[in-house]
Amino acid sequence: MIEQKKSALAAGVDKTVAWVDERFPLTSNIKAHLTEYYAPKNFNFWYFFGSLALLVLVMQILTGIFLTMHYKPDADLAFGSVEYIMRDVPWGWLIRYMHSTGASMFFVVVYLHMFRGIIYGSYRNPRELIWLFGVGIFLCLMGEAFFGYLLPWGQMSYWGAQVIVNLFSAIPFIGPDVSEWLRGDYLVSDATLNRFFAFHVIALPLVLLGLVMAHLIALHEVGSNNPDGIEIKKLKDPQTGIPLDGIAFHPYYTVKDLVGVTVFLMVFSAVLFFAPEMGGYFLEANNFIPADPLKTPAHIAPVWYFTPYYSILRAVPPIFNSQFPGVAAMGLSVAIFALLPWLDKGAVKSIRYRGSLYKKWLAAFVVSFLILGYLGTVPSNVWGQFGPWLGGADRATVVARIFTAVYFLFFLLMPWYTKKDQTKPVPERVTG
Amino acid sequence: MKKIILLLALLPLFVMANEEVALDKAPIDASNHESLQRGARTFVNYCLNCHSANYMRYNRLMEIGLTEKQIKDNLLFAGEKVGDTMKVAINKNDAKKWFGAAPPDLSVEVRARGADWVYSYMRGFYRDDTRPTGWNNTVYDKVAMPHVLYELQGEQTLNHETHALELSKPGKLSVEEYDTLVGDLTNFMAYMAEPAKQQRNHLGWFVLLFLGVLLVLTYKLKKAYWKDIH
Repeated sequence: MIEQKKSALAAGVDKTVAWVDERFPLTSNIKAHLTEYYAPKNFNFWYFFGSLALLVLVMQILTGIFLTMHYKPDADLAFGSVEYIMRDVPWGWLIRYMHSTGASMFFVVVYLHMFRGIIYGSYRNPRELIWLFGVGIFLCLMGEAFFGYLLPWGQMSYWGAQVIVNLFSAIPFIGPDVSEWLRGDYLVSDATLNRFFAFHVIALPLVLLGLVMAHLIALHEVGSNNPDGIEIKKLKDPQTGIPLDGIAFHPYYTVKDLVGVTVFLMVFSAVLFFAPEMGGYFLEANNFIPADPLKTPAHIAPVWYFTPYYSILRAVPPIFNSQFPGVAAMGLSVAIFALLPWLDKGAVKSIRYRGSLYKKWLAAFVVSFLILGYLGTVPSNVWGQFGPWLGGADRATVVARIFTAVYFLFFLLMPWYTKKDQTKPVPERVTG
Repeated sequence: MKKIILLLALLPLFVMANEEVALDKAPIDASNHESLQRGARTFVNYCLNCHSANYMRYNRLMEIGLTEKQIKDNLLFAGEKVGDTMKVAINKNDAKKWFGAAPPDLSVEVRARGADWVYSYMRGFYRDDTRPTGWNNTVYDKVAMPHVLYELQGEQTLNHETHALELSKPGKLSVEEYDTLVGDLTNFMAYMAEPAKQQRNHLGWFVLLFLGVLLVLTYKLKKAYWKDIH
C-alpha cells in the first residue's frame, strides 16, 4: 500500500520535472553545475572560502532587505533609525549585527579566497577571466562597503566619506567635478546620504550579482584549479569521460562545504553575540556619535579592510602640492591584482612546486600587506619621529613607504622572479 | 607670522599627545538590577534635565525590574507617557548660549566613549576659576558642562604638582558613597547604550551550542560520503 503510494508520488515528481525540462533546462543545469560538475578531489582548507563568500553575500542581501524596511536615508533621521532598529524593531539588533559583522567577515573570506588564488596560481591560463571577474567583484565589494558605511550617519561615516570623496578631487582636470557629482553637493550632506543609499541597496548589488554569476559560469566552463595546480581534465577515464582525479561537486563538496559553513558560522556567531564591535575594528566607537559637519574627529581612519590601501595613500608624498600621486598609488594598489595572470611567468602554478625565490617574495608581500593594514588604523605619528638625520620624519610613515615599495615590487618584479625561480617537477596526478 | 600659523596648525597634535588620561575601571554589572535602578534614578533626576536619551523608552526599564507603576510614579515628572523616549525640554539653541555647547544626547554615550571614561569623567570635576562655569575636568579638559553632582560630591581641587584631585569641601556623600552613585549611573548608561546586550550574550551560548551539535552531524555526514574517495 505504502509502496504503491510512494511510487505514485515519485512518478508525479518525475512527470513534473519532465514537464519543466521541456520548457527550461532544469535537469541539465543541475547536472552541469552540481551533480556532474567534476571538481578535483584534493581541495584543502583554502577551498572553503569561495562558498563561504557566497553564503555571506546571501546573508548580506537578506539582512539588508530587512534593514531597508526600517532604515531612513535622511540626514536628520538616519542615526536615530539605526538606534530604532537596535532597540525597538523585534530582533532588529540581531539583523543589524549580522549585517555589520557580515560586512567585515565578507572581506575576511574574500581576502582568504584571493590569497588561495594567488598561492595556487588559480588566475593562470585558462582561468584569467575568472580572476578578472573576481577582481571586479572585489572592487564592487569595496564600493558596497564604502557606500554602506555612510548610512549609519555617525562621525566616522561622515568624515570617512568626506575624506574618500575628496580624494577624487585630486584627479587632474575632472577631479573636482567627479567628487561633486558623487556627493551631489559641495560637502557630504543629506543629498549624499540619499544617493549612497541608492548605490548601496540597488546599483552595486545588481552589478555584484551579475559578476558573481559570470565568475561561476567561467569557473564551471574551465573547471576548478587545485592545490597542485594540475589540470585534471587532461587525464580522463576513457569510458566515462570523467576526470580521474575529479569527483562530483554534489554530493561530495556540498557535504564538505557544510562542515566549513558550520565552523564559519561558529566564528561568525562568536563575534556577533560576544564582540560585535570587535574592539572597535568592526564598529568604531566614534560612529556612535551622530555626524557633525562642524566637528572633525582628531583621527579619521577607515575600517580595517581598507587600511592597507589607505596606508599606501598616506605613504606617497604629494608632488607639486598635488595629492594625486598618492591617490593614483592607492588606486593602482587595488587594480594591479587584475594584472596577475600576465605578470606571472612561472613554469608551475602552485606554490607547492615553486622555488624559494617566489616564496620569499610572497612572504614579503603578505608581511607588507599586514603591516600597511596595521599602520592604516593608527595616526602616522604613532611610533614617534626619527632624529634630524632623517629630517625628523615620522617613523611610521618611513616604514609605510618601505612596505609600499615592497607591495608594488611583488607585482612589478613578478615576471622576473617567477621566470628565474627554480621550480620542482609537477606530478601527473593530484597528491591528496 | 608663518611660524605662528604653523604652530597653530600643529597645535591639535600636541593636544592629542596630551589627551591620554589614565581612566578608572567602571564597575559594570548588567545583571545587578538594583544598581541599574539606582543609576536610572540618578540619570533621570540629574542628567535628564539637560541631556536627552532620545532612543531610550521609559517602559524599557521594566527589563531591569521596575513595574510600569514604579516608572510612572518615580521617573515621570512632566506628563510624559510611559512609552515615550527620554526627551528634554531644554532648547538646543538656549543651551548653546548658556553653556557654549549643546548637551549631547546620552543614549549611546557609553558606546562612543566607553564606560571607564564616563565613570572617570563624573568623578573628575574640580574647581577652576578660570573657567566660565567655575569647573574643569581631569578627563575632559575645559569641558563646557558644570559639575551637576557637586552637592553630592563636594568640591575637588587639582593639586598642580602631583596632578591629583583633592577633596577640599566635602559634599552630602562620602567618597565611597559618591563612587557607588557614579558607578551605578555608569552601569545604567552602559545598559542604556545597548539594552539588548544581555539578551545577545545569553542567546549566543545557545547558538554556539546548536552549531556545535550541527558540526558533529555535518562532520559525520561528510565522513560518510567521503569514505570511498581516496
